[in-house]
Amino acid sequence: MSSADERTGAQVIIKALIDQGVEVVFGYPGGAVLPIYDELFKQNHIRHILVRHEQGAVHAAEGYARSTGKVGVVLVTSGPGATNAVTGLTDALMDSIPVVCLTGQVPTHLIGNDAFQECDTTGITRPCTKHNYLVKDSDLLATMMHEAFYVARNGRPGPVVIDLPKDIQFAPAPYVGPESVKPRSYRPQTKGETARIEEAVEMIARAERPIFYGGGGIINSGPKACKRFTDLVQKTGYPCTLTLMGLGAYPASDKQFLGMLGMHGTYEANMAMHGCDVMVAVGSRFDDRITGRLDAFAPDAKIIHIDIDPSSINKNVQVDLPIVGDVGTVLGQMQKVWSAKVKRRRNGKAVDGWWKQIAKWRGRDCLAYGADDKIIKPQYAIERLYELTKDQDTFITTEVGQHQMWAAQFYKFEKPNRWMTSGGLGTMGYGLPAAIGAQLGHPGKLVVDIAGEASILMNIQEMSTAVQHRLPVKVFILNNQYMGMVRQWQELLHGGRYSESYSEALPDFVKLAESFGAVGLRATKPSEVDDLIKEMISVDKTVIADIAVDPAENCFPMIPSGSAHNEMILGEGKSSKAEQTVSEDGMVLV
Amino acid sequence: MARKRKDAQPGSAYIIQKPDSTEERHTLAVIVSNEPGVLARVIGLFSGRGYNIESLTVAPVNEDETLSRITIVTSGTPMIIEQIKNQLNRLVPVNDVHDLTEEGEFVERELAMVKVVAKARSHDRRESLRMAEVFGATVVDTTTDSFSFAMTGSPSKVKAFIDLMRALGKTEVVRSGVVAIARGAKAL
Repeated sequence: MSSADERTGAQVIIKALIDQGVEVVFGYPGGAVLPIYDELFKQNHIRHILVRHEQGAVHAAEGYARSTGKVGVVLVTSGPGATNAVTGLTDALMDSIPVVCLTGQVPTHLIGNDAFQECDTTGITRPCTKHNYLVKDSDLLATMMHEAFYVARNGRPGPVVIDLPKDIQFAPAPYVGPESVKPRSYRPQTKGETARIEEAVEMIARAERPIFYGGGGIINSGPKACKRFTDLVQKTGYPCTLTLMGLGAYPASDKQFLGMLGMHGTYEANMAMHGCDVMVAVGSRFDDRITGRLDAFAPDAKIIHIDIDPSSINKNVQVDLPIVGDVGTVLGQMQKVWSAKVKRRRNGKAVDGWWKQIAKWRGRDCLAYGADDKIIKPQYAIERLYELTKDQDTFITTEVGQHQMWAAQFYKFEKPNRWMTSGGLGTMGYGLPAAIGAQLGHPGKLVVDIAGEASILMNIQEMSTAVQHRLPVKVFILNNQYMGMVRQWQELLHGGRYSESYSEALPDFVKLAESFGAVGLRATKPSEVDDLIKEMISVDKTVIADIAVDPAENCFPMIPSGSAHNEMILGEGKSSKAEQTVSEDGMVLV
Repeated sequence: MARKRKDAQPGSAYIIQKPDSTEERHTLAVIVSNEPGVLARVIGLFSGRGYNIESLTVAPVNEDETLSRITIVTSGTPMIIEQIKNQLNRLVPVNDVHDLTEEGEFVERELAMVKVVAKARSHDRRESLRMAEVFGATVVDTTTDSFSFAMTGSPSKVKAFIDLMRALGKTEVVRSGVVAIARGAKAL
């Protein structure tokens, strides 16, 4: 027998991870993965980050993947290890994040016997992964490992589970390298059809009220795709808006950027989406948080939609010109055609008029909020955080709720992969583990989790992970003592009956930080915010900063459920329509 | 505000049905890698996204049995049919999706076995045998009080036969579901 044949399954797993370029694994040991942990112990290539809950492991892998562009890797045990990972896997599926999750499983002969810590992992994770594998034959182990990485990172990325029975981890297994693995049936189309690209460029060149609407697909396609997107937008001189997932794909400080669109997007972005005649949707999926009421969505628009996933096209909105392909590749193709066509443009005057209209919408200053010198406005806290961190390369993660939307509105992202937030699934408890993952991918960089006091408690145990691994992540809590977004909806939709949305019995976050061996800071007055942020940045330790903000503040602008883009509620009592009520139809929507 | 599911678009909380779009019946041929769990993936996709399944059949079809062919009869608006095909294509073990309804003429067949219980020497018993002949059904089992027929045909022919048999006595029915193949010299 050759030495390669003498490997055990567990050794093959580690070898495959190393050959896939994996540097960090987020995991939690247990009975069904002990052979793999034993092999991890014996090697020095892969760093294992011990989390405190398997959900945290997946979110950390997501944060790592989103900030580095690499595949995030998770290792958990069978049964509860796998079921605890389900929320993270679903989150990664919704946001198209490449994650490979190795789960232990009871030995093959016990599968189906209700063995200790057994669960039907592949059955449970089938609808919440891009694909999953149960390895029943150690001969196929190496192939499945490499195929999992291929599937996770190619096409529209997503999470992949490999379920590994314990006997397979002990069994002798042959090894094959990554280069010999080519999945037969999964071949996503990356290049766009030339004829359609020419047609699209023609439509863009003739547009009178155009808008670019970019999403997370641009970020997923890579920094090069973001560069091409930015170049194309700037060559055309057209306005550009980004989804929550797309922030950073276009520099936020640029004058062609209208801000984020959607439910809590800017007035100018949503009005421009509503009024446009040509919409160029790039790597975005017309989510219900983006479109508002669909029968009133962009009524006059001809829509071009570029996406690598054909099932994203015509799902919610019928488009006029679909282009299936990798966003970066298609944008490259478009740039070439654009350079040839640009001379024949005659829409200059119309586009000027469009910009004048946009300037009027911008004049509404929709993000304005009532400044206060006694109580800290949450928007103010984020504005100050941005001002004091913008000169260094900062990575921001968030939890879910009002603070997340304020972060998206007030923190300006100039580069991709700097913004990690749970967009599709809306997972409270995402931000802290994601920050841990981002920090591991970027040692020495500033990583801040903008959090709410309710969300942070959902994965607060990961403070131990951060402290153990000396990760100086900063948890920046906008503490309004409410599940703020729930309270806001109860105020707007349920007569101000704040059912169960008050954050009762909160811990003292400063003492909590100290008990974890981290640093706790607190600000209660606007005058203290700057000093707190400066101290938070300068301390080379894990920090929880507890910012006592206005408990009554609501997040505006807002498109109420079941309303259209031109029916926004603006802050400070301003509204785009005289009458603002949520329709009965809107009430049933989430 | 309960809504009929057919008025809602899968994947969206919002009502976007165009009034002029009507439901169509489509027969899909889905070529999948013959691996454990592949049928669960396909069925899970239909139930998870609220698509209809009228009929589903599956069996390995190539020489070394590495590929299976699933024939699915489904219905929905053109936009939903398009979604179904794209969603199926997205599954990793799915090699190919063919919309037979869209790709041209095709032949559909279904196998049915029908047991008819009618008293010995009765008129209904004789009548069932006579009708079976008309439909080209064969007798696969008999007792003095019953016949079991096997027949193949288009789903409408099968339905017509079963309806006739029901009128003649107590029946037990089993159907295979639809299999379909495109007309012409082109092979998938």
